[in-house]
Amino acid sequence: MRLGKEDCIRYILAAVAGSSLLALAGIVVFLFLEGLPLFAAHSPFDFLGGMLWYPTEDPGLFGIFPLLVASLAVTLLSSLLAVPLGVMTAVYLNELAPPPARRVIKPFVELLAALPSVVLGFLGMVVVAPFLQDVLGAASGLNLLNASLVLAIMSVPTICSVSEDALHAVPRSLREASLALGATRWQTIRRVVVPAALSGIGTAVMLGMSRAIGETMVVLMVAGGAAMLPESILDPVRPMPASIAAEMAETPFRSEHYHALFAIGIVLFLLTLAFNVVASRIAEKHRMAGSSGL
Amino acid sequence: MHTSASMETSPARRLLAQRLMFALLRGTAAVNVLALVGICLFLVSQGLPALSWTFLTEPPRNMMTEGGIFPCIIGTALLALGSLCISFPLGVGSAVYLHEYAGRSRFAAWVRLGVNNLAGVPSVIFGLFGLSFFVTFCGLGVSLLSGMLTLAVLTLPVIISTAEEALRSVPDSYREASLGLGASKSQTIARVVLPCALPGMLTGAILAVARAAGETAAIMFTAAVFFTPKLPDSLLSPVMSLPYHMYVLATAGTEIEKTRPLQYGTGLVLIALVLGINLAAILLRDRLQQGRR
Repeated sequence: MRLGKEDCIRYILAAVAGSSLLALAGIVVFLFLEGLPLFAAHSPFDFLGGMLWYPTEDPGLFGIFPLLVASLAVTLLSSLLAVPLGVMTAVYLNELAPPPARRVIKPFVELLAALPSVVLGFLGMVVVAPFLQDVLGAASGLNLLNASLVLAIMSVPTICSVSEDALHAVPRSLREASLALGATRWQTIRRVVVPAALSGIGTAVMLGMSRAIGETMVVLMVAGGAAMLPESILDPVRPMPASIAAEMAETPFRSEHYHALFAIGIVLFLLTLAFNVVASRIAEKHRMAGSSGL
Repeated sequence: MHTSASMETSPARRLLAQRLMFALLRGTAAVNVLALVGICLFLVSQGLPALSWTFLTEPPRNMMTEGGIFPCIIGTALLALGSLCISFPLGVGSAVYLHEYAGRSRFAAWVRLGVNNLAGVPSVIFGLFGLSFFVTFCGLGVSLLSGMLTLAVLTLPVIISTAEEALRSVPDSYREASLGLGASKSQTIARVVLPCALPGMLTGAILAVARAAGETAAIMFTAAVFFTPKLPDSLLSPVMSLPYHMYVLATAGTEIEKTRPLQYGTGLVLIALVLGINLAAILLRDRLQQGRR
């Protein structure tokens, strides 16, 4: 009965492989199960478009527009810094670095990715915040700019390593053709290699932003926590993950506030999902020779 | 070709542009190195005075304003290793199915999609899922077990992708040789493929441990508490953990300034642990790649 046994193993392994799918489905089901009850009493439009987040008042006001804006603002501002830094590091590592330098610098980038977010948040509090207060004269050092700076450090490694894969997948022949035509190495990089890898770099940027928008501890510790629309980059803000993490411990179980925090979770989940789907779409559509996969 | 024609024509200027840009690229690469070195040096210089044998081996005292972090170290170790015990078998099993059995089947495509998306889910969402599913629905409460399970789901994608990578590096000729000698598929996998791929899979396991050890948002509603007087005596006890301890000391304490030395000390222990584990994974991977060449 060898055949029977082999089939058994196959099915068991298939069931094990299903665990990831099951986990993802479980996340969706339980987020919606705990988040949707909010909309029995509050319309989704008031939730998404409402300007006032006063969850502990009676009756509570659950408008997450300022939180949503804060999340998008820190993500965009951090990517302004992280994208050039990450992509240029990737270009250096793949096009310029002599092998010994590469062997040393690449682990540094990987270790940067491994830094626990709570440590980075802490450094934002004790190093970046006083700096912003003293140098830029911010009323509080815990603000949108601080969160964006720290988030940038967190997303550089993601952007760098995915961009590097994309650059690596550009065929050698393209570079050789450009050099043979008399272009300098820099012209080759700028006009040939980077454009050829652009879709992969796009994927890298989306993944980096997805990481930044979902990051919790940094925005919880250094964004300032004020649920208001920011008027300048030195204003304190309260991005969505910060609200969930800060308030979940204090809210009564299955209160309206509790459901509202899960509803924020739904919005956050859908946003990161959108970023990831766009990222893998870009990666799949323009797949180059070789694999520049995720 | 149509921008700044003069710059394109003069070789001297082209080379000048190249030299400037290359210097800039070197500079950005250096920023990464300096950022990590700066962060580590800063934490070492500030945290080292707080470190002592008693800091590492005693529980916090006096409303957490004095004493050590022993229960946090134990809690973090239990959470990280416990989650690995769950995620490693699941992850390796999934990878074996994906790489050795499923090929390009539709189910495998769905699983891959699931793994990719799971990898992109923010950690706070895992925390919410853990709270609503493991803590509430399964009735496990805020406990070591809830935390381990939540972290296991969170680290599953890392394990699966590194395990699949390791399986891919086993040459097909090994499989063919084993099958040619009359071994069944499962025997081939168990006796030939897995032993060859195991070191590569260990890299993933080490990375997963480091990720779980540094994770805060996923355990703050599921496993971690401000303070518990005793070490966990069962899987259902709540635990203290290094990252959460650090967060609480830095933000929620009544005497944030007074406990700064403790915060720096905790931060130093945490990054030493996490970066040390990661470095081990990187070194192991490099040795494997060198051996393969």
